[in-house]
Amino acid sequence: MSKTSAAAGKALTSSGNHFELFGLQPAFALDVEALERAYREIQSQVHPDRFAHAGDAERRASLQWTTRVNEAYRALRNPVQRASHFLSLHGVDVAFETNTAMPEAFLMQQMELRESLEDAVATKNLAALASLQSKLEADQRALEKQIAAAIDQKQDYPRAAGLVRELQFLDKLEAEIDSAYETIE
Amino acid sequence: MALLQISEPGQSAAPHQHRLAVGIDLGTTNSLVATVRSGTATVLPDAQGRPLLPSIVRYGKDRIEVGYPAQARQSEDPKNTIVSVKRFMGRGVKDVDHLQNAPYDFVDAPGMLQIRTVAGVMSPVEVSAEILKVLRERAEASLGGSLSGAVITVPAYFDDAQRQATKDAGKLAGLNVLRLLNEPTAAAIAYGLDNASEGMFAVYDLGGGTFDLSILRLSKGVFEVVATSGDSMLGGDDFDQRVFCWIVEEAKLAPLAPRDMRLLLVKAREAKEYLTVHEQANITAKLSSGELVDVTLDTQTFCRITQTLVQKTLVPVRKALRDAGFTVNQIDGVVMVGGATRMPQIQRAVADFFKRDPLNNLDPDKVVALGAAMQANVLAGNKPQGEDWLLLDVIPLSLGLETMGGLVEKIIPRNTTIPAGRAQEFTTYKDGQTGMSFHVVQGERELVADCRSLARFELKGIPPMAAGAARIRVTFQVDADGLLSVNARENTTGAEASVNVKPSYGLADADIERMLRDSFSHAKEDVHARALTEARVDAQRLLDATQSALAVDAALLNDQERSAIDAAVAALQAALAGTDHRAMKQGSDALNRATEDFAARRMDQGIRRALAGKKIGSL
Repeated sequence: MSKTSAAAGKALTSSGNHFELFGLQPAFALDVEALERAYREIQSQVHPDRFAHAGDAERRASLQWTTRVNEAYRALRNPVQRASHFLSLHGVDVAFETNTAMPEAFLMQQMELRESLEDAVATKNLAALASLQSKLEADQRALEKQIAAAIDQKQDYPRAAGLVRELQFLDKLEAEIDSAYETIE
Repeated sequence: MALLQISEPGQSAAPHQHRLAVGIDLGTTNSLVATVRSGTATVLPDAQGRPLLPSIVRYGKDRIEVGYPAQARQSEDPKNTIVSVKRFMGRGVKDVDHLQNAPYDFVDAPGMLQIRTVAGVMSPVEVSAEILKVLRERAEASLGGSLSGAVITVPAYFDDAQRQATKDAGKLAGLNVLRLLNEPTAAAIAYGLDNASEGMFAVYDLGGGTFDLSILRLSKGVFEVVATSGDSMLGGDDFDQRVFCWIVEEAKLAPLAPRDMRLLLVKAREAKEYLTVHEQANITAKLSSGELVDVTLDTQTFCRITQTLVQKTLVPVRKALRDAGFTVNQIDGVVMVGGATRMPQIQRAVADFFKRDPLNNLDPDKVVALGAAMQANVLAGNKPQGEDWLLLDVIPLSLGLETMGGLVEKIIPRNTTIPAGRAQEFTTYKDGQTGMSFHVVQGERELVADCRSLARFELKGIPPMAAGAARIRVTFQVDADGLLSVNARENTTGAEASVNVKPSYGLADADIERMLRDSFSHAKEDVHARALTEARVDAQRLLDATQSALAVDAALLNDQERSAIDAAVAALQAALAGTDHRAMKQGSDALNRATEDFAARRMDQGIRRALAGKKIGSL
């Protein structure tokens, strides 16, 4: 399953580099304010609301650009996608689908977390769910720090790719916790 | 409020005329039209000074009544008097709750139900179009000219089918629909601009038939929807239903005739409204059998029988907060929208949940229309330089495709900022497979059966290959109205199939054309004259836009490109001098094609300027 940004029409002069699109230095550490500022500046130029009365050609170009900008913004805001994008720019494929080898300790820990999740759902225990969620958040932040160190300080991209796969594992669990809330309610 | 300076790429070099644009709140119970006049948004009342138009349409044999006259006769002619038609937009018979309590003769049609009346079988789109037509005429009479465009609001939680149906109704009513705008977002615009607010806001919007909860961040002239949730089958009507059922039980009534049903629903609603400011309501009615109904409902009982409904609204509230990643404490204000939020038990429940008093300082019936008018004014290009804002909205429900085993593969998740697009590759599962069928669905559940089916289409002409060898790229594109189109392409041969997710449930363009023809022959309007006016307006708009673009950015073109555009402009101008609407349409299409690269380059340039940190005003 390969997901790529869509509707990058022929008019796009920019390459697929999301960092470049927003005038940012490629890195895992993100200047959120600078990203938001650039995003809003660009949106104010290309958003369809600016072209409601323009011709079809301009409206089409606006739709394509806005789509691309939204997609790039969303990708950069998400740590897994930001890291994957950075690594792919450096020729490293994170390979979520094919490379599922994980350290044993990590897998054990994941199994335990999932068991707690199942218990919380079975007993409709919202408090347990909330504490699981905060534990998960702490794990995610810790992993993000390690990814930042591997990418930005050590330039150890293969190691970073492994960490990103772990982080994606945690993100999936986060989504499962969210749907567990909906199941319980 | 500090505002971003925003350039105006489409602005004419010459000071352009004020375009007449309106915002329309097409509500379940009432509809309104508003416009911005001398910088202030105002609701346009009817000739009798009444701002609301009851969303009620009565079909007679040879005339159609809309609003108060239809309302006055709903009890005597319930089968032909359509109320709360918004509940049926883009919905099939099996999708609607309490269908048995609605006194209509429903016809189950593919995708969207229809209603049999003395004037023929009507789709909800046609009924809504009648309401919109009255509002368009009201606005044109009041503003003294034909409208350049309209923004129509929809519940944020409306799915693709419901949105498409609304846009079709607008077209059918002869409106140029500039944008479908989410109701809570419209309210946030009206509210935010009125109070120069900044921060995180929750908009609690309980209308007649729909409930929306949106969480927005307001900052520096940007309205950013962070998460939206809701229930498109929950509203003030349901409170009426509860009261209605209570009356039937309390007065021990036998099954009711449609006329009595309608009468008691009206009484139930009156009691509900009365209880907003009174301790108890007396409900009396004389049924067609001669039987008298006389019961008294107090606030305590009213709260008790509606408590589950109130609680039901809090489920989407919690979901939206989770999606946004916020807690109640991080919300700076709660805006109440929709007439149903006047009920004291709603006010209390919201105050308890958010631990703060909700904001009620704008009329909850009008705030959506006012916000829509402000946005219509912006889209029409009437706003003064630098007093502009940017609106970033999201899709409410995930969009996906059916995969093997009836599972849903989500392509665009809910709460993605629009416009949005995503492509994904799929492959064949059998050797020599030459076709692939796609089923587009919307919803959050994992099984296709639990999601809403939007469209099915097929891709043919895949060259025979081993299973898993073909690469089929499926692209989802959601536009600024939240409407989806899907395209599938086989990469080795370029075989292609695409669908505007529309004809399977909504109206094909041909249907709309036919309906337009029918309605115009009815109203003795000339179809040709209308087509000519529209083609002329479109052509003129395109010429204006092109000329102002050339005035600013001619440097982006080489001589050859410039003369191609000039030729297309001259051809369109020549067509415009005539009376052939087809020639105008062709001329417009040709000019659009000729300016495609120019438009793309201008857009690139705009982005470079944005990144250079320069405001266009200073260039």
